[in-house]
Amino acid sequence: MSTEVSTPEKASTPSSPPPDEGNGGESLVQRVVKMQAFQILLVLLVIVIVFSTLAPNNFANFGNARSIVLNASILAILGVGMTFVIVTSGIDLSIGSVMVFSGVIGAKAMIAVGGDSWGTAFVGIGVSLATGLAWGLFNGFLIAKAKVPPLIVTLGSLGMALGLAQIITKGVDIREVPQVMQDEIGYGNVVGQLPVLTVIAVVVVAIGIVVLHHTRFGRYTYAVGSNEESARRVGVKVDRHLIKVYALSGVLSGFAGVLFLAQFGTTAIAGQTQTNLNVIAAVVIGGTSLFGGVGTIFGTVVGLFIPAVLQNGFVIVGIQPFWQQVAVGAVLIAAVYVDQVRRASAARGGKSTRPSLRFGAKKSSPVEQGE
Amino acid sequence: MTPVLEARGLTRKFGQVTALDGTDFDLEAGEVVALIGDNGAGKSTLVKALSGNLAVDSGEILFDGIRRDIDTPMTASSLGIETVYQDLALAPHLDPAQNMFLGRELMKPGVAGALGFMDNKAMRGQARQAFDRLGATVRSLVSPVGQMSGGQRQAIAIARAVHWASKVVFLDEPTAALGVRQTANVLDTIRRVRDQGVGVVFISHSMPHVIEVSDRVQVLRMGARVATYKTSETSMEELVGTMTGATGRTAA
Ligand SMILES: Nc1ncnc2c1ncn2[C@@H]1O[C@H](COP(=O)(O)OP(=O)(O)OP(=O)(O)O)[C@@H](O)[C@H]1O
Ligand SMILES: [Mg+2]
Repeated sequence: MSTEVSTPEKASTPSSPPPDEGNGGESLVQRVVKMQAFQILLVLLVIVIVFSTLAPNNFANFGNARSIVLNASILAILGVGMTFVIVTSGIDLSIGSVMVFSGVIGAKAMIAVGGDSWGTAFVGIGVSLATGLAWGLFNGFLIAKAKVPPLIVTLGSLGMALGLAQIITKGVDIREVPQVMQDEIGYGNVVGQLPVLTVIAVVVVAIGIVVLHHTRFGRYTYAVGSNEESARRVGVKVDRHLIKVYALSGVLSGFAGVLFLAQFGTTAIAGQTQTNLNVIAAVVIGGTSLFGGVGTIFGTVVGLFIPAVLQNGFVIVGIQPFWQQVAVGAVLIAAVYVDQVRRASAARGGKSTRPSLRFGAKKSSPVEQGE
Repeated sequence: MTPVLEARGLTRKFGQVTALDGTDFDLEAGEVVALIGDNGAGKSTLVKALSGNLAVDSGEILFDGIRRDIDTPMTASSLGIETVYQDLALAPHLDPAQNMFLGRELMKPGVAGALGFMDNKAMRGQARQAFDRLGATVRSLVSPVGQMSGGQRQAIAIARAVHWASKVVFLDEPTAALGVRQTANVLDTIRRVRDQGVGVVFISHSMPHVIEVSDRVQVLRMGARVATYKTSETSMEELVGTMTGATGRTAA
């Protein structure tokens, strides 16, 4: 990787300070271009251009764009939490089930309260958020304190949350959702045709970006994923941080659950079996490394739109939509391949950069981590 | 004078292996003590025990003459003890400034800081100064340290430790990966830090560097201190002999 383009002598002598705060001669533009999120954005643009040329009337219009964005909104909220989790080199398979479970509990709470008012809706939202939080804490404690690998913990909670949701509902979807919630949130628009759900997703994504990239919480998220031991040695409370990250993913899953109720008016218990994998694929396509330490929420959002646009475009241009799965699978593998190549060239010496998938076995010290 | 840091009878076993076997150690403020010994003598283990990274089975640690349990790296840091580990312990995906301030981020003033926003500019500026003082070849303050050479990473780890240490710095083979000029820089840094009144513990297998920079030498063999020399009164031959067990004496 050609990161070192500046003159080494200059940077090393204190008497001649290096140019521009030591950017190593690499401009912002150069660094952006090298980002996987940016490269994947170009791929997305190409896809959009191709479909727009093939179907200028049916694909490239506001209504269609609006429906693509709307369909991606809830996934984007899940993607924010998943990006944090994967940056720590963890994984959360439970998001779809937690979403369903939280939706069920939220719906039950709203039925118990009764009525069709905003008050009822807010009770439902609060209950769903709290339910998601509880699952997230459950995951986080088991991963950070009991040292059970994230893959196993969240696979377990995936089954538990889904099973409990079915037990509570006896397998029958709840369809009683306050009208105000469906009208104002689910079908609501602001400034004309902008879906409320999308606005909510944009706000969550924006907050996620700020927190991940500009706050100490975000910095610790990268540090834990990059080298847990080094974070521990400088006093980062790694266990507590991991719990918070999984709790965040849980809360956002709970939020997604209640937003789904608003959008579709049903708990759709059986409808989220692919959600976890779709979101993980988006996160990875967007350049977040499964090995931790690297990733952006912007990339995740771009990564969500690739499958969404492909699906939509294939239908419109009359290609069997099953091709979407094939195409997304190929993009996913390509993205991980690019990440591997990147890390192989970046990992010079330093066992700390050696691949060690956390969700295989959570490492408590570099000595113990097998791989 | 009371030593700034003293260990008495530290013992630590790893299963069958006795890494520390009732070893003593002492360090005065404002001196450089070289800690030498063969591979596996227990040097790194001793450093870990004294910097809050390893619990010992028995023995006691005195800081400024007072018994202390240095049981976490945070305790060590709060006492002004910093360590450059043999494996460096940097986060490879973070840049040099982020590594330097990891766990001790400078926050923005006021509400923004309370909300968790960091003052990246100030951190980068201070990091730049620290690297310049060390004469470290850190080409980019915004590239991940994982992409840098072993020597550059070592310089970053040293700059970080020196920046935060007010009482004691442990340097576990700090010059192992360094070029000639960078080694000279590190040895200069060690002297400068010592002249500021900080106690420096310097671990190295290079006897010329040990002789050049240290005030005293303590020799570990099989987990115990077998000798202490004044550097001015010893020789490379004597040090090597003591390390390998050919000769041995205990002097002050
Ligand atoms: N975490 C551990 N688990 C098991 N044994 C250990 C561990 N750490 C150290 N040891 C053992 O303790 C002994 C002392 O190791 P230590 O790393 O302190 O040696 P050292 O003097 O630093 O050697 P070197 O010069 O090679 O760095 C060795 O026999 C080593 O195998
Ligand atoms: Mg060692």
